[in-house]
Amino acid sequence: MSKANLLDRRSVVSSLLKDRKGMVAVGGLGASTNDMAAAGDHDRNFYLWGGMGGAVMMGLGLALARPDTPVVVITGDGEMLMGMGSLATVGLQKPGNLSIVVLDNEAYGETGGQVSHTASVADLVGVAKACGISDARAMTTLAEIAAFAASLQDVKAGPRFANVKIDAANLERVLPMQDGTFIVTRIRGSLGLKPI
Amino acid sequence: MPFLHFRQATCRLQSCPNHFPSQLELQMHARTDASSEQAASWPEEIFSILQRFEVCQVPYVPDAGHSQLIQRVLGSSTMRGISLTTEEEGVALIAGAWAGGQRAALLMQSSGVGNCVNMFSLVQLFRLPFFTLVTMRGEWGEFNHWQVPMGSTTQAVFELSGIRVLRANTAAEVSEVVEAGAAQAYNACTPTAVLLSQRLIGAKVFVK
Repeated sequence: MSKANLLDRRSVVSSLLKDRKGMVAVGGLGASTNDMAAAGDHDRNFYLWGGMGGAVMMGLGLALARPDTPVVVITGDGEMLMGMGSLATVGLQKPGNLSIVVLDNEAYGETGGQVSHTASVADLVGVAKACGISDARAMTTLAEIAAFAASLQDVKAGPRFANVKIDAANLERVLPMQDGTFIVTRIRGSLGLKPI
Repeated sequence: MPFLHFRQATCRLQSCPNHFPSQLELQMHARTDASSEQAASWPEEIFSILQRFEVCQVPYVPDAGHSQLIQRVLGSSTMRGISLTTEEEGVALIAGAWAGGQRAALLMQSSGVGNCVNMFSLVQLFRLPFFTLVTMRGEWGEFNHWQVPMGSTTQAVFELSGIRVLRANTAAEVSEVVEAGAAQAYNACTPTAVLLSQRLIGAKVFVK
């Protein structure tokens, strides 16, 4: 268990979203969705406050519906572990425009910092690869993150999976909006879809 | 590929490997088969309705009762069949599809409904046009009592989760019920589950 080269989660997320253009970003339950809010609110931010384990599948449904739009799922290790089977579902569908980034602090930070499986036995990059996501990597530097962020615009080369070991600091919370219907309706509106 | 999925559907049914149906059970199944012997048309009717409502994504966990429909979906040029590892994935997928402007319908068996419970929160929170077709087990001549607890609570679980339940008991009413369910789900954003009864599906599929 290496504790070297741990990145700051907010720097990682702001780098991923800095030049996002039309990219839709799904933020998994917990600190990841707060990190997205901290990087700046956006019409295409899909903030999740629940549905733990569902972030990758929400990204998949969106990516399949909008194959020309890049979609990134930014989630935590605990949320990813709960929906690990969805990596096999993504591996089967192979959407070129879907990317998954796990902010891995090896802990359940929102609930008291209990140690997660990624601290010892679970290698999420290995899981993603074994599920057929061949572009699966661990990233350890902000330079790698920046290069990866630029590559997300290529909607033919995914699916991609990246695991980023981050430091376990509990940062000041930046809470996004909670109204799920508004969040979804806003994304739909930005994609040119009408309200029901 | 369709053949592969068809085989998966068969596998799921045989999830009780040490059980061999007794002669009595086989007779029970034979009796219930009468209604389904000529029933090959209702899966096709469901497919046509999904087509008409412009459903694009069809997530599923295989079930023999859905096998004919799954094959049609996998062969379709307008629908994408999406094999799941667990049913709750389908609920989350539907939320994403809706955010992206596509309609989806989830195919599952009654036992899978229990896997979805927390994810059903999304149906209310996002006001999703949620539509699911559920093949029932544990309610009519069931030979595997492990199917009974979830089969008995399927309808209540949906209702507690804010999802309306419609039921088709016979082949003759499938089309009308599925049509009504799809209409209220997609046109009126009223989350709806259609239960396809075990009597309709017939027990024949269990013994193959």
